[in-house]
Amino acid sequence: MSLIEFKNVCVDFPIYNANGRSLKKRLIQVATGGQLGSDEQGRVVVRALEDLTFTLRDGDRVGLLGHNGAGKSTLLRLLSSVYEPSSGTALIEGDIGSLIDISLGIDPEATGRENIFLRGGILGMTKSEITEKLDEIIEFSELGDFVDMPIRTYSSGMHLRLAFAVSTIIKPQILLMDEWLSVGDEGFKHKAEIRMNELVKSTNILVIASHSRELVMHTCNRVLWLEHGRIKMDGDPTTVTAAYFGA
Amino acid sequence: MRNGSVGIAVSDIIAATRRYALVGMLGWQDVRQRYRRSALGPFWLTISMGVMIGTIGVVFGQIFNSPMQEFLPFLAIGMILWSFMSTVIGEGCTGFIAAEGIIKQLPIPLFAHIMRMIWRNILILGHNIVIFPLVLLAVGKPLTWLALISIPGFLLALLNLTWIALLLGVLCARYRDLPQIVASLLQVVFYLTPIMWMPSLLPQRAGLYLLDLNPAYHIMSVVRSPLIGELPTATNWWVSLGMAAIGWAVALVVYGRYKRRIAYWL
Repeated sequence: MSLIEFKNVCVDFPIYNANGRSLKKRLIQVATGGQLGSDEQGRVVVRALEDLTFTLRDGDRVGLLGHNGAGKSTLLRLLSSVYEPSSGTALIEGDIGSLIDISLGIDPEATGRENIFLRGGILGMTKSEITEKLDEIIEFSELGDFVDMPIRTYSSGMHLRLAFAVSTIIKPQILLMDEWLSVGDEGFKHKAEIRMNELVKSTNILVIASHSRELVMHTCNRVLWLEHGRIKMDGDPTTVTAAYFGA
Repeated sequence: MRNGSVGIAVSDIIAATRRYALVGMLGWQDVRQRYRRSALGPFWLTISMGVMIGTIGVVFGQIFNSPMQEFLPFLAIGMILWSFMSTVIGEGCTGFIAAEGIIKQLPIPLFAHIMRMIWRNILILGHNIVIFPLVLLAVGKPLTWLALISIPGFLLALLNLTWIALLLGVLCARYRDLPQIVASLLQVVFYLTPIMWMPSLLPQRAGLYLLDLNPAYHIMSVVRSPLIGELPTATNWWVSLGMAAIGWAVALVVYGRYKRRIAYWL
């Protein structure tokens, strides 16, 4: 059972190194991004998200649509409990897995094997859990003997294959993604696709930020359209994508 | 509010200590990463520390006209401990800033980043401390049973360093000028604290200001004195204990209050 319940959630970023007045004037005309304002002490504040209220339940496959700076990434960070709302309440039940930056924590000087432990550890796996899955990860990544070489000797494709193989080993109840993960050459892509579909199937709630109409139509059963930090539309994929991308 | 924020701080710290395996691994990784592809690895630190102690020992031993058997062990352990203390405080400033990538992606308890930094420096201290027995051997000064007292002394010093690092980590995430100020202050404290000079060289009146009013001296003494065959004074213990108690109280309140803001400040 997983549940995400947001009530009137706002996120304000204080910008300390900006000079309030002059910058405000200049930026207020920018079309993208959140809304700029200032707080009682005259600091510049970017309101990244404003008054979000929604509930996500088991089985929800949510697509986040919106222009750059509409608040998609901020919302994903709120969902992963990295940010706490500036006001309002965000209730999140269930353990969260994030596939937003699968290379986070990878050390190029360390070997592939060491990096499996590093990356796995950061994702919250214990050493014994990783040891148990080690062979599976190595086999999936198809690195062979390269797994004992430093990552810096890898091609970028190999690097991503390893990161992908470790990162998708977790089975979180709530899965957060920024665009669909697709790595490797043709053969690997197919395998990765299967692994991703399994992963998505096994999670209770999926939230994925995307700019792709096909992806949203294909994976999601609900779409939130964010604009300037607010929910502009919340509904089934067909209706919202038609409104967002134009019919 | 006060109770609430202390509660937040304590629960974060407890959650962080549960992730000790991760902290341990990342701390090791930091040390290894720095010295990968070098033959001697972290022992380069030991060597450069040894060279510095040797040089300062010879020069200042001459200037102060101190007997080498007393001065060299005093200097060696002082320099080794000071390098640990000042690095923990200095890196405490960037404790959260340096972990920005992780903090903005994964909800790992924030105190874990401070623990990682301290663990990394304990490992480096472990490499540097090798110099001390060598110095003792070189000047023919024996290590007494008294040295065991430095273990609780070290734990007390660690307790103090941890709250300082935590507090500075929070403040520096918000005020980015602070790390520079702390760095210069550390430089000043280094000269004010008897590390390169022995307290016995001070005239009586100056001693009152430079020793009794210097918290760094007390913290240093509870670890250092037993190792050079002296007992730390009661004042040393009480000041260190008092600082730990008051310091943690302040750090917990500040940390609990601003913990949720740290991700926003980065």
